[in-house]
Amino acid sequence: MSTHEKEAGATGRAGLLRLLAADRMATAACAVLLLVGLCAVLGPPLLGDLAREQNLRAVKLRPFSTGEGWEFVLGSDSLGRSVLARLVVAAGTTLSVAVPAVVLSLLIGSVWGMWAGFHRGWRENVSMRIADVILSFPSLLLAVVVLYVFDPSIANLVAVLAIARIPVYLRTARAESAELRGRLFADAARTFGSGNWAIVRRHVAPIVLPTLLTVAAVDFCFVMLTESSLSFLGIGIQPPDVSWGLMVAQGRAELRNAWWTVVFPGLAIIVTTVAMTVLANWARIAGDPAQRWRLTTPKRGRTPRGRGSVPDSAAPPPGRPQPQQTGSRERTAKGTSHGEAPRQEQP
Amino acid sequence: MLTYLRRRILSSAIPLLVVVLGVFFLARLTGDPANLYLPLSATQKMREAFSAQHGFDDPLLVQFGDYLAQLAHLDFGESLRTAQPAAEAVLRAFPATLQLAGVTLLLAVAGAVVVGSLAAYRPNSPADRIASFLSSTAASTPDFWFAIMGVLVFAVTLDWLPTSGTVGSAAWVLPVATLLIRPFGVLVQVVRGAMVTALSEPYIKVARSKGAGERRVIFKHALRNAGAPTLTVAGDLAVGLINGAVVVETIFGWPGIGKLMIDSILQRDFAVLQAAVLLTALTIFALNLLIDVCYVLLDPRVRQGAMA
Repeated sequence: MSTHEKEAGATGRAGLLRLLAADRMATAACAVLLLVGLCAVLGPPLLGDLAREQNLRAVKLRPFSTGEGWEFVLGSDSLGRSVLARLVVAAGTTLSVAVPAVVLSLLIGSVWGMWAGFHRGWRENVSMRIADVILSFPSLLLAVVVLYVFDPSIANLVAVLAIARIPVYLRTARAESAELRGRLFADAARTFGSGNWAIVRRHVAPIVLPTLLTVAAVDFCFVMLTESSLSFLGIGIQPPDVSWGLMVAQGRAELRNAWWTVVFPGLAIIVTTVAMTVLANWARIAGDPAQRWRLTTPKRGRTPRGRGSVPDSAAPPPGRPQPQQTGSRERTAKGTSHGEAPRQEQP
Repeated sequence: MLTYLRRRILSSAIPLLVVVLGVFFLARLTGDPANLYLPLSATQKMREAFSAQHGFDDPLLVQFGDYLAQLAHLDFGESLRTAQPAAEAVLRAFPATLQLAGVTLLLAVAGAVVVGSLAAYRPNSPADRIASFLSSTAASTPDFWFAIMGVLVFAVTLDWLPTSGTVGSAAWVLPVATLLIRPFGVLVQVVRGAMVTALSEPYIKVARSKGAGERRVIFKHALRNAGAPTLTVAGDLAVGLINGAVVVETIFGWPGIGKLMIDSILQRDFAVLQAAVLLTALTIFALNLLIDVCYVLLDPRVRQGAMA
């Protein structure tokens, strides 16, 4: 019981931050995302004019040519606009599509999924069929058709992307809540007279939420990539605005003599999505008490140091083919006191 | 087995119907084809005649009824653009996409099984970390950007590969590589995860203690059990390949179904769009069925459930 309490302490905000700082990759990813977020918030008001300003003396400047001013450190495009300023402003557009789309689909999909999974029966069946329909249709084509019918505004873009991604959360939330409704604590709550919604809200949602948030983080990348593909195809963000996908599309014509107008926006997309993936992976491990020890155990080759809540017995012996998973499996087996015998203490 | 298949076919037929229905009505919302196909100076009479000739003046429901009746006779209508049967245009474009997607999926699955298994064999080893990092980067690379970079490096700068076209094996390299990059990245991660889990199961210990060779343990015992999640994801990725095909075919001028669909939306060529979507949906439907059958073959537990 005492280890449980200690672990509960480690999930506090300070504990999580310490865990984050211990993982260099996750820290870097976090910094990148903060930077992108900062660009998105501060960029348009500060650099909006600079991104639109055409400087005909500075057409197609190479990167790192500072003769015309600091803003051309990443070069300029065929109209003499600063690539750096456009990149920063585009971060705002990209996030203003991706964030609402992800939040919307997460909210609708998870509530719907928990409801469907909790009630089972026809509600579940109908919901799953709807999810199947949406998922069995290539999302890019759906977006092309819809955006062609209605104008390609940011609001429509968000709506299309949200609808296309709802099934992902719907499926996950349904599966988890269908399993949770049969658990003892759900029965207990029902015995004490809790209504259906109360059980979903207080007993199902808190357990499903971490999984859904991880899914959302991964999905964020998908939404960002789809938005940039749509903008690239000419039916996403429209020209007075600027997004990373659109920048690639516009730079494509100048590929032969101004490669930097294509390379940098693409790199921006990759760096942001990779950072999001890394952070999502980290959050999944950090959010799972059965796996959290992986983040605190010293890496191979370093000398093991005692670290508070980490039971050393869980640390796998190095150099064995299957150490990682066995450790966590057997720890859960120990906790529930059935299954195979726990591994012996390692020296 | 047959009951199982029948149940699966019935339950997947509904999504198929909805897709056909949705595309029919959505396409008609994109605007009046008469505006696009007749000159600006066309009189009202000419417009009406055009609509009447193609049946666009009937109520939507009547149009839909006619469409279904035609479908029952395997008549997919005529292209507005070329006045050729829509089925012909679609069937001409389909093999190009199918070849592209087939080669890509095959390479992605084969490559991911090898790389993912190697990475999972020693979790957290340098090889595993490199594979994990590269695959997550590959999974987050925008395909259109990768395609343009490929053109820039290999076609424009080095002049090794053509920028577009379908003739010769060199023309295949860039489209396949572009289409490959994301599915490959995702699949490596899935295979790795599934293999790490499988290799830590008790039956692996049993197999080892009974003296099975490492190769047999990995390929016979672990990989077979890691197959199910890999298959599921591969099936989902196949749907995603159509997305990729739209982008890749547009960039490389590949005369496939993705380009055809984009073109027919832009040209309001309803008959071709519907036929193309129908064929795509049918293909995805068949693929899902195939995956279900593979599940049954892979996993005796599913087999029992299916038989019952």
